Parts: sequence; structure tokens; C-alpha cells
Amino acid sequence: MDGLLFLIFASIAALCGLNVVIRRQPIVSALSLIGVMGSLAMLYLLLGAQFIAAVQVIVYAGAVMVLFVMVIMLLNAGGERPGGTSLMASTLGVPLLAALFLALAYVIFAGFPDPEPVRFGEFRQGGAAETGYALFTRYLLAFELTSVLVLIAIAGAVVLAWREVKR
Amino acid sequence: MTAAGVPLSWYLILAALLFTLGAAGFLLRRNIITMFMCVELMLNAVNLTFVALAYHLRQVDGLVLAFFVMVVAAAEAAVGLAIILTVFRNRASVEIDEVQALRD
Repeated sequence: MDGLLFLIFASIAALCGLNVVIRRQPIVSALSLIGVMGSLAMLYLLLGAQFIAAVQVIVYAGAVMVLFVMVIMLLNAGGERPGGTSLMASTLGVPLLAALFLALAYVIFAGFPDPEPVRFGEFRQGGAAETGYALFTRYLLAFELTSVLVLIAIAGAVVLAWREVKR
Repeated sequence: MTAAGVPLSWYLILAALLFTLGAAGFLLRRNIITMFMCVELMLNAVNLTFVALAYHLRQVDGLVLAFFVMVVAAAEAAVGLAIILTVFRNRASVEIDEVQALRD
């Protein structure tokens, strides 16, 4: 059952990820990215990280992607013009990216030569209670600093948009 | 196969594949919004690695790190989209080729 679910959601994630990259319409890319995030949330559940799965759906697939879709609609962004890719990007791009993938795969197989199989339900510390406990004890300083970061981000977004209103 | 579970390396390979796709999109697309979405795709791929290794090590620290990545990504999305909005208002275009100077 684990393997079947993994195969289903991994293939959805991979296909949607490919769709994000190859389609010219930004709105299609955005909707495919929501597909990637949803299937990644399922994979997090399979790995026993329930809290992160919930946050993935709420924060990423919910809040962040709504922001993206809203900006795409606000700018009325159409499809990309075909052509215009530089010669170096069109010839060297795909081989270099394949080399990147092969290097990553090599590191994974060299670093984890005999990994244990992932079984659903073996890792039980991924709930909100355990994650929250770590967040508010060992990582309390980082958590508080994050609140400052979010505050700065809100202020920055407001400042950038404010200048627009006055023009 | 189904009873034995999936090898951990499959999860890591999927993360590597998604990261490569994100890098490909970032380098080959020319729409600023699509490039930005590819950055999010790369962040998601790294998050999958964090969660998979948290399972591997049976430690909750990887999950906390994934949580922080999400928070930073949300903050980055807010500021980045505001910048994209500003660029569009100034230049009436979301093509990256049109944006070659930081000033107007």
C-alpha cells in the first residue's frame, strides 16, 4: 500500500513539476505547482510528518499560491513569447541540468548505500505536539526571529505597493 | 514491494528530480512569475529532503527546519510578488529580458 501510494503521488508530483517548467502560460504553471504541493503533502503524510503536511496545504497550497494566482490575474500575464532563448542556454542547458541531476543522484546513492525502507507509521514524532514542543523549546530563538522576519516582509510588501498607489 | 515499503532513496531521488526541474525552469523560462514559481518548486524539493531525512534519523529537527523554510518562503513570496508588481507597473512587461537595469 505504501509503495502504491508513493508511486501515485510521486508520479503526480513529477508530472506536475514538468508541467510547471514546460508550459508557457503562467496560470497553467501555477495550477500545476498546486498539484506538486498537494502530492508532496501526501508524501509528507507517508513519511509520518502530519504537522508539516497540514502546514504545506495551508501555507503553501493555500496562502502562497493564492498570492501567485492573484498576481497573475492582476497583471493579466499572458503566454511567453516563443524564441529568444540564448544559444548557450538552448545547447548547454539541458545537458548541464542532466549533469546536475546525475550528480545529486550520485550523492544520494553514495551517502545512503543501504537505506531502510520507509514504512508508514514507524515514525510517530511528526505530530503537532512533538513538532511544536521542539519549536518552542530548542528552536525558540529562531522562532522569535522568524516573527521579526515576517514583520519586515509585511512592511516591505506594503512599502513596495504604497509607492505604486501614489504614482 | 508494497508490504516492504519504499526505499528512502526513492524519496530523495524524487526531491533531486523536482530540484532539477525547478533549476531548469529558473534558467530557461523568461517570465518573471514562472521563474519565481520555479524557486518555490526548488524550495519544496529541499523540504521533501528535510522531511525524508527526519524520518531516516527519527528526529523532529528536520521537520522544524522544513517549517522554517516554509515561513521564509511565504515571506519571500510576499516581497517578491510586490517587486514583480512594481516592475510590471514601471515597464509594462513581465519578461526578464526587459529588466536589465535596476533603475527606471
